[in-house]
Amino acid sequence: MFDIALKMLFGDRAKYAMLVSGIAFATILMTQGFALFFGILSFSYATISNVRSPIWVFDPLVQQIADNQPLRDTDVDRVRSVEGVAWAAPLYIGGATAKLLGDGGSSQQVTLIGIDANTLAGAPTNLLSGNVLDLRMAESVIVDANFVFQVKALRGKELKLGDVFEMNDRRARIVGIASLSQGMGGATSIYTTWDRAKGYAPSQRKMLTHVLASPQAGRSLAEVCRAITEATGLKAVSEAEFKDMSELFMVKYSPIPFVVGLMVVIGFVIGVAISGQTFYAFILENTRYLGALKAMGTSNTTLAAMILLQALIVGLTGFGLGVGVMSAFFSSLPPGRVPLLLLWPVPVGVLCAVLFICMGAALLSVLRVSRIEPAIVFRS
Amino acid sequence: MSTPATAETTATPAPGQPAVCLRAVDKSFRNGDQITPVLKQVDFTALAGEMLLLVGPSGCGKTTLLSVLCGTLHADAGRIEAFGHTLSALSPALVTRFRASHVGFIFQQFNLLPTLTAAENVAVPLRIQGVSAAKALPRARELLARVGIGDKAGERPNRLSGGQQQRVAIARALVHDPALIVCDEPTSALDSVTGHQVMDLLRGTASDGRRTVIVVTHDPRIYRYADRMAEMEDGRILRVLPSPAAIAAAHPHA
Ligand SMILES: Nc1ncnc2c1ncn2[C@@H]1O[C@H](COP(=O)(O)OP(=O)(O)OP(=O)(O)O)[C@@H](O)[C@H]1O
Ligand SMILES: [Mg+2]
Repeated sequence: MFDIALKMLFGDRAKYAMLVSGIAFATILMTQGFALFFGILSFSYATISNVRSPIWVFDPLVQQIADNQPLRDTDVDRVRSVEGVAWAAPLYIGGATAKLLGDGGSSQQVTLIGIDANTLAGAPTNLLSGNVLDLRMAESVIVDANFVFQVKALRGKELKLGDVFEMNDRRARIVGIASLSQGMGGATSIYTTWDRAKGYAPSQRKMLTHVLASPQAGRSLAEVCRAITEATGLKAVSEAEFKDMSELFMVKYSPIPFVVGLMVVIGFVIGVAISGQTFYAFILENTRYLGALKAMGTSNTTLAAMILLQALIVGLTGFGLGVGVMSAFFSSLPPGRVPLLLLWPVPVGVLCAVLFICMGAALLSVLRVSRIEPAIVFRS
Repeated sequence: MSTPATAETTATPAPGQPAVCLRAVDKSFRNGDQITPVLKQVDFTALAGEMLLLVGPSGCGKTTLLSVLCGTLHADAGRIEAFGHTLSALSPALVTRFRASHVGFIFQQFNLLPTLTAAENVAVPLRIQGVSAAKALPRARELLARVGIGDKAGERPNRLSGGQQQRVAIARALVHDPALIVCDEPTSALDSVTGHQVMDLLRGTASDGRRTVIVVTHDPRIYRYADRMAEMEDGRILRVLPSPAAIAAAHPHA
């Protein structure tokens, strides 16, 4: 009887296409909602994603990456000397103004990242052009591809390797263009060395905001973080924890996640309604034929199995189509610029939701079909 | 009659012997707190090998009676026996199995599954009984050939005329060789010529003496196919005309 169930489903191509696109649409709605939510949250830790360090050490008052409290320069050595630390490197994160040459002094606000010139710890790994090692040369900087994009869009100027601009009246020469994540508000990042950052940043007394560190082989992150905190009184957390802190800060203190979350919930509810209704309507349209099968002696169990099979197939194909469309769309987007993040829990969660909804609608339908008097088939 | 343990076995009565018996059957429908009695103490017998017509004014309960006697509707009271089974005492699951193995259905609206081919539709009762498609489909084509549309086996119902669809339905009702065929207004959706062709086919299925065919109808043109006729009014069997001659005498204009 399962082949008959499939023929009932596939037999009417147009209706099947409607069913599947209904579920696909619901999938797209839910996927984009969650992707948007996580994408927006990921803005909160863009710099953490860009810098990449196993351990981050910073002032105990700091609750998120965008909050830069100065440390003492000696803190790098203090962290380095903690038992279990493999290496420690200084980091500066702060705001700077990039001033383009030759067009009346137009400028761009950027996030300036100063990394240790010796170890280059925290240097971008995803270079589209240029060489990280060139960062050790005088006046050199590595810019975000999004910076290049913005300058092109706003000033009509195509920046390339070797081009020069100014920060704090000092020359900065592009030796690399990296694919980096953008921060909230479109903030792009510019990398230089920690020493040179002093010159590029508006003058500050202390130029150390974070210490990057790594545990020795065989030591756990948590253990080493605890040791650093005990020895230095500074806060030491893993990369994942720091991301979570920044995310949590945003969820707590920014209205955006709430607003987007609300949208996600609404999208989810609409998705549920669409996919549930679509399938239930399909069963309603088939009531007459299900009734005929029942009159002819099909048991309720068999009918239930047929309907569940149909729901499963519709759910899976609709989900596959929806997720396929979404991932094709997402992978066509420039990385880091659009707040959509298709983390694996999103499609898995949406799949569960879609199957749950289809099964729910199927069970409702089963209930309904089990209540049909087979005698209805005699009614015209 | 005693009830065998399973619903599939068939006690085949000799031609002319009672095959389906209803005794003091009541059935009413409830709509909110309004109860409409539809069958009132109905006594009714269909004989093995006969074609029995059930006639009466609209709303008198013909369809309800047909539904009750073939096990698609549960009676409120009374006893229903069919081919050695006491339907009124079987569990719903067993009644379902009784229908699968004993009853062929022919509906006014055909009720063919629109996405299945004619042959696949005809095979459905066999498939319900667990016969594989590979075995059921050749048998289905055989039946289609027997009702004269062997060449339409691969067509979907919407490509067939009303008469052809009803032939498919007849083939479907016969494919599993049931002891009882129930038809509700089988000709009312068909023109006169097609109606007669369909009745000829149905008539033929009863005439081998092993099968009981019960036809609910409004259509006086088909009275002449009946062996016997039961006339209903207001939920009761008014009278039974016991022979074609008696039917012809009672309905001279048919
Ligand atoms: N499921 C139901 N719920 C409520 N009332 C019903 C139901 N089925 C039938 N009835 C009522 O029972 C009565 C008999 O219906 P039934 O369909 O048996 O009549 P019928 O003789 O077949 O009529 P027709 O010739 O018009 O088909 C009608 O008054 C009808 O309204
Ligand atoms: Mg009727």
